Amino acid sequence: MTSIAGGLRSGRVQLPQKYIPVLVTAGLFVAMFVAGGIRYEGFATGQIVLNVFVDNAFLLVVAVGMTFVILTGGIDLSVGSVVALSTMIAASLLKDGWPAFGVIGLVLLIGAVLGLGMGAIIHYFEIQPFIVTLAGMFLARGLCYTIGTDSIPIENGTFTSFAQTRIDLVGDMWISPSVVIAVLVVLAAAYVLHYTRLGRNVYATGGSEQSALLMGLPVARTKIAVYTISGFCSALGGVLLSFYMLSGYGLHAVGMELDAIAAVVIGGTLLTGGSGYLLGTVLGVLVLGLIQTIISFEGTLSSWWTKIFIGLLLFAFILLQRLITARRR
Amino acid sequence: MAAPAPILRMSGIGKQFPGVKALDGVDFRLLPGEVHALMGENGAGKSTLIKVLTGVYDIDAGEIELEGRRVVFHSPLAAQHAGISTVYQEVNLCTNLSVAENIFIGREPRRLGRIQWKKMRRRAAELLSRLDLDLDVSAPLSSYSLAIQQMVAIARAVDIDAKVLILDEPTSSLDAGEVAQLFRVMRRLKEQGIAILFVSHFLDQIYEISDRMTILRNGRLVGEYLTSELSQVELVGKMIGRELADLEKLEGRPPANEAAPLVEAVELGRSGAIEPFTLTIHEGEVVGLAGLLGSGRTEVARLLFGADHAGGGTLKIGGEQVSLRTPRSAVARKLAFCSENRRAEGLIPDLTVRENVILALQAARGWTRPIPRRKQDELVDKYIAALNIRPADPEQLVKNLSGGNQQKVLLARWLILEPRLLILDEPTRGIDVGAKAEIQRLVAQLSDGGMAVLFISAELEEVLRLSHKVGVLRDRKMVAQLDNDERLTTDTLTETIASGARS
Repeated sequence: MTSIAGGLRSGRVQLPQKYIPVLVTAGLFVAMFVAGGIRYEGFATGQIVLNVFVDNAFLLVVAVGMTFVILTGGIDLSVGSVVALSTMIAASLLKDGWPAFGVIGLVLLIGAVLGLGMGAIIHYFEIQPFIVTLAGMFLARGLCYTIGTDSIPIENGTFTSFAQTRIDLVGDMWISPSVVIAVLVVLAAAYVLHYTRLGRNVYATGGSEQSALLMGLPVARTKIAVYTISGFCSALGGVLLSFYMLSGYGLHAVGMELDAIAAVVIGGTLLTGGSGYLLGTVLGVLVLGLIQTIISFEGTLSSWWTKIFIGLLLFAFILLQRLITARRR
Repeated sequence: MAAPAPILRMSGIGKQFPGVKALDGVDFRLLPGEVHALMGENGAGKSTLIKVLTGVYDIDAGEIELEGRRVVFHSPLAAQHAGISTVYQEVNLCTNLSVAENIFIGREPRRLGRIQWKKMRRRAAELLSRLDLDLDVSAPLSSYSLAIQQMVAIARAVDIDAKVLILDEPTSSLDAGEVAQLFRVMRRLKEQGIAILFVSHFLDQIYEISDRMTILRNGRLVGEYLTSELSQVELVGKMIGRELADLEKLEGRPPANEAAPLVEAVELGRSGAIEPFTLTIHEGEVVGLAGLLGSGRTEVARLLFGADHAGGGTLKIGGEQVSLRTPRSAVARKLAFCSENRRAEGLIPDLTVRENVILALQAARGWTRPIPRRKQDELVDKYIAALNIRPADPEQLVKNLSGGNQQKVLLARWLILEPRLLILDEPTRGIDVGAKAEIQRLVAQLSDGGMAVLFISAELEEVLRLSHKVGVLRDRKMVAQLDNDERLTTDTLTETIASGARS
């Protein structure tokens, strides 16, 4: 018997549409790198890219958590504050003489529990994630100041060695331990998203929560899990930031939630959920970092130009998303 | 007749809602390897029966036996695990995921927690080929038509080792070719011994596919019949409890006297949507638009209403040349448009009947001049009575109404404005015979009262019954305008649609 759907199968031969946003971001990154290399001396080296990783390892980890949340169609505004709270808790406990790894474990636990709480409120009380995580953002930022209003320096040996260790690669290139941690987080998250039920449920929930429910998927568990993951990633980002800054401060990471959202969106993940890749988020973070690098190479430009470029890029990518979804319909 | 033992038997089912007895002592049985149609008007208890069967509602009385064992389902998931799967009218799948994932998500083949994509895709392809479907299982579901998506939903349903498959109005948004495809899949499943419960408002489809039918009326069982032994007229009679007189009476309507032309469109068109057409609608005239899905019927209506901009041509309303830039200006000229998609474009499900009805009138008056509550109640009560909206409670939320009654609410909203031209796009789709007859009768009354109506419907009989003149569309072009005289039959209409001109 001939296939009855044969006639309806369209002749799609070009590369799948789902990869287009990621490819655009990758193309943008390459173009920026090449342009920088032509314009500035000493720009086109591998270390420039690695430095972007070194300087943004914490943002990368936070953006990974944000990717999970945005894939379900949610948003997490609390991440920047949770990062700051983590640096604050870590710094104050280290000052009291706590062991480094005990502190790290506790900070990660606190971040995950905060995320779990917000996820539970979002799901069980059916409140918009925007408002719940906005509350979480104020709460965590406020908690920072109950610990202390000033910056607390970190002098713990383990933390300083994490901060100062260089892992040498081929040639003169090097990375910091934080980069290794961030890359491991990215790989683990990519595996979870692609090869586990939790990951696929994240995509399904973002595609259509109603359908996911009717298909018998554990939507409640999935939604709570993504906020827990985001809380955990924020706390880990906070730990990496305290390696980087060697201090805890209530004004650390102000506005980082927006950087993380920008990285995820520039990486091609749909804000409405259900579509996007972790590789895109990595590229998004790289693009943001490279903009900063170029502006510092330019020398004469104020650092506010970074924000202006990020703003323009966001507009461009949101329009691109719109075009792609419109064509799909 | 030596029938095999029923796989499912429901007996003496009763279900009470506050104030309503939704089901009262209903018996129902399903035999393996049959397609069984569940028939009845809206509100007869079809959906309640299905929801009781699939565990959405608990039952108040009676019992359900599956394969001879008594069962009680407390959730749809429990019913699914027992082998009763349901595919609803709206496809409840995730279109952003691949075809294979949509079939298997939730029970993906795994090893040590790792999803085995290759195995999943292979099994999905096997499953689909058993249904005679050849799809690229790794493509996102959104790249396929609604019909295919529905069949993927069926594939998902039957993979859960289904013994009973419930198809709740699967065909209401499919075109003829897609329906044929669906029926082939259904026959395939039937051969495999699956019992299929089928709900549809299209009588022709029921007669084409079903072996047996059970008829409900007002929550009670009317009877179970072999489809081959019950004529369509008898069926409709049993469903609505009266003869088809209402529908028949409308036939042979007097032609509209040559009144003044109300709307004159000359070479009106929009590239990519509809080729330029010329159409005149007189006062008190019903003009039908016939054509296949996507032939440009809705586009004509949208141009006349100003919902789309015309690319060229002129439009005169009441002799005065106008250019309708927005629907607002059309409303100001007393045109009204009941859209095809009542859920998405028309009604606001979380508002009450009264609020929905009053919406357009309030908008026309401007929001700074609220309509007094007493006036609102008066108007709404009048239209609830005139259109026989059930339940007759103006404070009921619209989402709780059946499809036919929602349609009437939408109609009431426009009628309250007392339009000169009423555009009805598929007003009777997805609603039952009784409500259909009421809406048709209403259209006839309105036109007798001098209102012009542009009536769009996929059902040719309906177009013929109501219209004075029929515009035939094909491939986004108006190919003919036929006067509805004795010589015009559904056959000639079909021929015109098929050939592109009057033969």
